[in-house]
Amino acid sequence: MLRFISKRLLSLFSTLFVATIVIFLMIEVVPGDPAAFMMGLSTNTEAADALRAELGLNAGVLERYFGWVTGMLSGDFGISYTYRVPVSGLIFDRMLVSVPLTVYALILSTVIAIPVGVIAASRRGTAVDTTLMGVAQVGVAVPNFWFAILLVLLFSTSLQWFSAGGFPGWEAGFWLCLKSLTLPAISLALPQAAILSRVMRSSVLEVMNEDYMRTARAKGLSERQALLRHGLRNALIPVLTILGLQFSFLLAGGIIIESIFSIPGLGRLVFQSIAQRDLIVVKSVVTLLVMAVVMITFIVDLAYAVVDPRLREGSN
Amino acid sequence: MKSLPLSLLVGSGLTLIFIIMAGLSFVWTPYDVTALNIDQKFLDPSLLHLLGTDHFGRDVLSMIMVGTRNAIAVSIIAVGIGMIIGVPLGLWVAGSRMNGGSFFDEILMRGNDLIFAFPSLLMAIMITAVFGPGVINAIIAIGIFNIPVFARMTRGAAMGLWSREYIMAARVCGKGMWRISYEHILPNILNLLIVQATIQFSIAIIAEASLSYVGLGTQPPMPSLGRMLNEAQTMIFFAPWLAYFPGGAIVTMVLGLNLMGDGIRDVLDPKLRQRKGQDVVA
Amino acid sequence: MSLLNIQGLLLSIHGSEILSNVAIGVEEGQIVAIVGESGSGKSMTASAVMQLVPNGAEMSGNVWFMDDNLLDKTEAEMCDVRKNHIGMVFQEPMTALNPVQTIGKQVIEAVRLADKSLSKDQAREKAELMLHKVGLEQTRFPLNTYPHKLSGGQRQRVVIAIALSQNPRLLIADEPTTALDVTTQSQIMKLLKKLVKQENMGLLLISHDLAVVAEVADHIVIMRNGKVIEQGNTDIFFNEMSDDYSKELFAASKLTFKDKKSEKSSDIILDIKNLKKDYKLSGSKKLRAVDNVSFRLKKGENIGLVGESGCGKSTLVRCILGVEAYKSGEILLNGEVFDGQKELRKHINAVFQDPFGSFNPRHMVKRVVAEPFYLIDTPLSSTEQLSKVEEMLNHVGLNADDMDKYSHEFSGGQRQRIAIARALITEPSVIVLDEATSALDVLIREQILELLENLSENLGISYLFISHDLTTVRNITDRVLVMKDGIIVEQGPTNEIYNNPQHPYTNTLLEASPDITKALNDKRNELDDNFV
Repeated sequence: MLRFISKRLLSLFSTLFVATIVIFLMIEVVPGDPAAFMMGLSTNTEAADALRAELGLNAGVLERYFGWVTGMLSGDFGISYTYRVPVSGLIFDRMLVSVPLTVYALILSTVIAIPVGVIAASRRGTAVDTTLMGVAQVGVAVPNFWFAILLVLLFSTSLQWFSAGGFPGWEAGFWLCLKSLTLPAISLALPQAAILSRVMRSSVLEVMNEDYMRTARAKGLSERQALLRHGLRNALIPVLTILGLQFSFLLAGGIIIESIFSIPGLGRLVFQSIAQRDLIVVKSVVTLLVMAVVMITFIVDLAYAVVDPRLREGSN
Repeated sequence: MKSLPLSLLVGSGLTLIFIIMAGLSFVWTPYDVTALNIDQKFLDPSLLHLLGTDHFGRDVLSMIMVGTRNAIAVSIIAVGIGMIIGVPLGLWVAGSRMNGGSFFDEILMRGNDLIFAFPSLLMAIMITAVFGPGVINAIIAIGIFNIPVFARMTRGAAMGLWSREYIMAARVCGKGMWRISYEHILPNILNLLIVQATIQFSIAIIAEASLSYVGLGTQPPMPSLGRMLNEAQTMIFFAPWLAYFPGGAIVTMVLGLNLMGDGIRDVLDPKLRQRKGQDVVA
Repeated sequence: MSLLNIQGLLLSIHGSEILSNVAIGVEEGQIVAIVGESGSGKSMTASAVMQLVPNGAEMSGNVWFMDDNLLDKTEAEMCDVRKNHIGMVFQEPMTALNPVQTIGKQVIEAVRLADKSLSKDQAREKAELMLHKVGLEQTRFPLNTYPHKLSGGQRQRVVIAIALSQNPRLLIADEPTTALDVTTQSQIMKLLKKLVKQENMGLLLISHDLAVVAEVADHIVIMRNGKVIEQGNTDIFFNEMSDDYSKELFAASKLTFKDKKSEKSSDIILDIKNLKKDYKLSGSKKLRAVDNVSFRLKKGENIGLVGESGCGKSTLVRCILGVEAYKSGEILLNGEVFDGQKELRKHINAVFQDPFGSFNPRHMVKRVVAEPFYLIDTPLSSTEQLSKVEEMLNHVGLNADDMDKYSHEFSGGQRQRIAIARALITEPSVIVLDEATSALDVLIREQILELLENLSENLGISYLFISHDLTTVRNITDRVLVMKDGIIVEQGPTNEIYNNPQHPYTNTLLEASPDITKALNDKRNELDDNFV
């Protein structure tokens, strides 16, 4: 188990390391002069020189890269060019909104998808199965931002159950915040739930054909008992992979959804920063999001090992 | 003669409708999509304008036709990039792994991990932001994320085949890695590739719509489904059809592609067919 | 009153008849074996008793079990029957256990399903006892062992323990040893026999191999195409059987021993010298898969290489076929060092085990058989190729019109013929037969062996026949090599190895090999002993 963890950790850090290089190259090297890029159409050379000095662009590429990485390691993400505040504080405030939104959506998607997948699989071929999978098929096809617009039309405009957007801030109370995150979370979660339920269904069907399910039936378990006691845990193994990938989708999906609902989260921050050409913020947020994805992959790997004893020894 | 699955019929029917609409838009649309006609703005759907008009008085149906065409073009090229680079990569590392070398395989898998570490939409937004918004950069951004998908899938499927005895027989006949990949592996994973391509195609359509929704894809005055939705958002309270129709078009197109993919898999995958026949343990 | 009495059982799936009018009885303490080839309906009969049949199956007739007709029972009632009265063991031990649960948990579950009154500790104790009964001691195989730590034979013991822990009156074993090595097979069979006597339960044993069951069964049922052909008590069955099919099966299972004329030329065509091959394991550990193997194959000579799974024979084959690099040593093919170069490949070809995986499903037979032409320096015209393919197909007993078919249109035996045609087409001096008949039904196996023998005599080809089973290679080989843990432990003329094995492992292998003549003799002696 220890070997397994250390191996995964090594891969985690190497991925992170290479990812920072890619981000750095993309933002600071490939566009040529970042300062000129950030200044946009303005041709004020003095201001550009000042910015260049502020960004430390006069140093060599390697020096700049290591300065950036060591800065991040000590919690210093630099000063935002547009907001003139430390990026770390900016990011922290936004994370307090984005992380709960993502987790909310992930929970919604899992809670809907797993039972739907299991029910559809155990009643394969029936009207229940066909209906559920038909809905899932449509769900997969719906872009989440369009779904968000429809939700606003229905629940905010027509029914007026929810406000069309905005976020009151956590000091306004937990339930109020949860309510304001509900429509965004649903619009993020539903397309993902559709995918997940399809994966769950086929995974359960696969497992139902396994020899050990027959052994379980021969013991005297009913089909349902055999599925719950022996099938489910095995069926969850491929689903875990998808769950890990979905986290990444949800994070990225947040960029658009947060904009639609005017929620002050990371996605909106990155989007605004790109529009405002604030590369310092973009760089940091992207690194943070990548870190989150890599961490989740790591956690999924650990979850694998918990579910599947064959992985614990690191053998194939 | 077995009957074709319903999903295949419905799916390819829907897909065909959109392909015809897109193709037709090259030569004819009900109205010119670039001409502004302010006194015709916000018209409800009618016989003159089947799907109504937008805030500039442009015909929504015409815009959807051209937007569909753009979405399909972007997706075909993006998925094409993914396949043309990803499939040979996957064949290569699977072959070299089966022939004893795991070095390139390790590199490819780490590369995969790296690309998967970047949320795809975020990266696409970054790429188009740094290199400028536009169709070409959108295609590249979507295409890059298709490479590891195809490479991984090809690798997995090819590795499964490399342990088959007919591959062994071909090796005994002195055939090299690339010849075997071409003669024996590729034809036998083609089914999988086609199914995956339809799935990736539908994902690319949604990705293109997302990018143009945030203004980083197809640029004005070229209509695109995503930007139509973005513009509609501020007007949904009095002109909801502006949001219904482009969104509906995306959903139907993607649904059609996914159904078609499912259908193709059902027809082609002998494993699935077999399993249906021997669905043991009642 | 029989324990199990199947009467006039009919079973059809989606309208097509799988079983017709099957009648079989099992008494307490009796072992009844159903023997038949694939598609005979033997496994379906077992599933029908358990009522674990595929969707769309319809049954009629009677399955009497302890005064109840199982066909009348509801699914819930059947669950109780499975819990308390009937246990089942399956063919594939590698996949029969839930990989994410410990063996203890799986046995305890069975224990508690059968007897709800037991406390957790009592169930635990019983599970330990059951594992002990099947030969898995707690010291080596504690309850918290996961299945992937166990070998196939050990897993099959766990499955038996699961079945046994519910104190069943009837045990159904569906090809319980088919996936196992011969030595493991004989251990499992002995275990089953012992348990039947100990617990006085009935055992319905399903097998494709008459020789395997002859040793243990009290009563033999021959099935074919969903019908019972003939049945009778083992001691008299073989003397009194009247059906041609039963006789054929019996003849194919019997080990006859032909004397081979041994006038081989002295030309050495394959010379293996001190071959070594290592595999890297995790860390710096290495596994020596092939250790200092040397042997020579003369022109026209047939050699058998026998060993159980994991002995290194597959690795050796891959080295000889030039698809895997070896560490040290030398392979000389017709006197030249062979390490996979194309020019020499036409001298050696192979036939593999799996008749279903041996051909690209998308190629027609003519393309499949012509594949080795790739090795010919001067390419043949396509008409020349086709006539050559036709000639080869005729050699192996197929027709010219078979060229334009795909492999899935053929039966297992026919496919193996196609594979032989492919191996022959460049007129190699050596053909490696890698378990080439292991996946075939006994009668088909006989036919293929006969074909191979004729080809070898007519065309002067040498075979290197790889097998896990000593009996298969008995008639076709001049010499036999026995391999264990990467080492050739014994080699010599086939006759001598069989009659006078020197190495204890060879002896074990021979003892474990199912032998119907020996089995029947033993049975007779047993009976005689009882009389005395």
